[in-house]
Amino acid sequence: MLGKTAGGLYWMYRYLERSENTSRLIEAGLRNALTRPASSTDEWSSILDATGVRQTFLESNDSFDQQKVVNFLLRDTANSSSVLSMIEAARNNARMVRTALSREVWESTNEFWMNVRTALSRQVSDRDLPAVLSLIRQQNAQVRGATHGTMLRNDVFNFARAGTFLERADSTARILDVKYYVLLPSVSHIGSALDNVQWENILRAVGGQSSYRWLNGPDISAMGIADFLILDSRMPRSLAFCAAKARANMSYLEKEYGTRHACHEQVEALVGRLASTTTEQIFDAGLHEFIQEFLSDLARLGSTIESDYRFYG
Amino acid sequence: MSETGTFFNELHGPSGDPRRPYKEYSKWFEGEDLSRLRKKSQEAEQFFRRTGITFNVYGQDEADERLIPFDIVPRVLSAREWDKLTRGIDQRVRAINAFLHDIYHRQEILRAGRIPVELIANNDAFLPQMIGVSPPGNVYTHIVGTDLVRTGEDQFYVLEDNARTPSGVSYMLENRETMLQMFPELFSKIRVRPVQDYPTRLSRSLSACAPPATSGRPVLAVLTPGIHNSAYFEHSFLADNMGAELVDGTDLRVVDGRIAMRTTEGYKAIDVLYRRVDDDFLDPLNFRPDSMLGVPGILDVYRAGGITIANAPGTGIADDKAIYSYMPDIVEFYTGEKALLENVPTWRCSDPDSLAYVLDNLKELVVKEVHGSGGYGMLVGPAASKKELAAFRDKLEARPANYIAQPTLALSTVPILTKAGLAPRHVDLRPFALVSPQGIDLTPGGLTRVALKKGSLVVNSSQGGGTKDTWVLEE
Repeated sequence: MLGKTAGGLYWMYRYLERSENTSRLIEAGLRNALTRPASSTDEWSSILDATGVRQTFLESNDSFDQQKVVNFLLRDTANSSSVLSMIEAARNNARMVRTALSREVWESTNEFWMNVRTALSRQVSDRDLPAVLSLIRQQNAQVRGATHGTMLRNDVFNFARAGTFLERADSTARILDVKYYVLLPSVSHIGSALDNVQWENILRAVGGQSSYRWLNGPDISAMGIADFLILDSRMPRSLAFCAAKARANMSYLEKEYGTRHACHEQVEALVGRLASTTTEQIFDAGLHEFIQEFLSDLARLGSTIESDYRFYG
Repeated sequence: MSETGTFFNELHGPSGDPRRPYKEYSKWFEGEDLSRLRKKSQEAEQFFRRTGITFNVYGQDEADERLIPFDIVPRVLSAREWDKLTRGIDQRVRAINAFLHDIYHRQEILRAGRIPVELIANNDAFLPQMIGVSPPGNVYTHIVGTDLVRTGEDQFYVLEDNARTPSGVSYMLENRETMLQMFPELFSKIRVRPVQDYPTRLSRSLSACAPPATSGRPVLAVLTPGIHNSAYFEHSFLADNMGAELVDGTDLRVVDGRIAMRTTEGYKAIDVLYRRVDDDFLDPLNFRPDSMLGVPGILDVYRAGGITIANAPGTGIADDKAIYSYMPDIVEFYTGEKALLENVPTWRCSDPDSLAYVLDNLKELVVKEVHGSGGYGMLVGPAASKKELAAFRDKLEARPANYIAQPTLALSTVPILTKAGLAPRHVDLRPFALVSPQGIDLTPGGLTRVALKKGSLVVNSSQGGGTKDTWVLEE
């Protein structure tokens, strides 16, 4: 396979994943605004942090007004991570790697782009926002379904999936990082129950609120949530789950090509570190420090994959 | 010119009954409900959009990607008509390849005085870098898309030879695919020769032209200028259907005397490169130094037998509009036979007498730029305004050698589906011929382009033309 094609696939699936993650974050923010209007400005500001676009946002906006933030995250082309920008980029990559995709994957990606572009052709009103967000998730699911149902399980598939899981791990880690203070035992909270709405928002942002309840019942604790999002390998957006999946994709490539690269060492180290730690240890050493380290390992892994498989000339 | 009198109508004979090839189709059509067909027509558009069968229009940012309109009424040719065309195209394509070999070697045709030396010597399409180069199997034009027009029951003319990088074959295939999906019942009633195996045939034909350096099964790749090229969809479509890599210049470099592509496992040599990049941009070391689309040094690798380039560099000299008027002589010179397919009578404006004639009869003629394509820079006399005629007259007088003129051909019509039912529109036809050392392989069908505007004779998609599925009957 061409190095360019491998890179195009990897980034196509990263872009798709990011568009979904952003739409989930907006949904969490919206929910918060409906239930606790007073704190919604803080919530929107932290969502901008989690998507890493606060700086760009402030260049053209002066307040964290819901309309403005949502518009910026959804459809502002000045925001290279906006949902619209991501879908344009994913579709552009899909065109570039068209020969590596099944017809159904290509068509569902193209349809995704056509529908979302129409839906986002003008500012989305509060009334239409839930429908638009659900459209984005549904269309994403369609591409994912076509990917699973029609693609050969070869190097193409594994580069694509590696992109999905690196992006997802990155997103979950960022959400945790922005919200980690909620999980910290603070003076005022010692002994008291965790702020229900706050933790709900975190879980909602990763689409895990009911899974968490299913696994833990009514027992809501900071440790429980951190464990769920970092170490629980049943949770499809947890760091451990994503790292293990990425490792499986990388080891497929190692076997297929018969060559072991630096990226294989790195992904194994990442999985190893998650396997050999406990939530207690993470909190003892500092949740924020742990996440920061994870994020930088992840970034390093991403760029090692790029050079090991010659994405660029 | 009246709509009904002067043009050959492919659907209806003079009596008003359907012509033989359309009999079955007409019978089916009469039993159909117009509004159902209109709906089908819209479905087809949806289908094309979803599939992404679009082309980019240069200089139009807004309409970045456009659809070529598709008409659901097929253009039907009988087996007999097709056989005749096949023989004619086969002969013409053989002659073109012989001509190219000759013109880059001994130039017998010039020595024999059959075509003027200046036509070659002063022609940008002639590549001195190709002198003395013999491509594998002596195949120069691996793919030819001959443009044909029809004016009567037995009158077909060659309008252009398209020996460089003819495009449109993906429409031939997707149009058929669409028709099969929309009207399966038609294909069980009427035996139409299949076109779907074109990519397999192309792959086989290109593989048969692999260079001496090949070891094992030839590695094929399609070279595209990139995703912003107007025909990008076709490039990826063909690569996909041949199971070949789709590469651009940034993927390629010279490694150990071969052209190699950057893969996830390192550089891998390519044996046959089906390039959809013009000669000028192919090799910045040998041609345009500012080209970012090609591969520096590819021509040197080519000359040393390290790669096959399809079509060969320099084939443009064979489909140059100035050479075109000599095609009957070229066919005769190399095959010893009279040309089976006729040329459209052509005035070369470089010749003073012809120029005078053209200027006197501008209103009746079609004038084309010698190096133009896509219907740009062309004058259709009968459709032009006084102002346009005057402007073109000035251009002709300023640079006569830049133009040729042809009579306005009474292009045949095939009906399209309009709101009011069937209505005749003018068409042309581009069949695709594949050339390998094993021979010439013509896919039974082709791209029928249709002028959607009533009375218009310009079928180019860039000028508002559409396409139709082209049926060749088994019989």
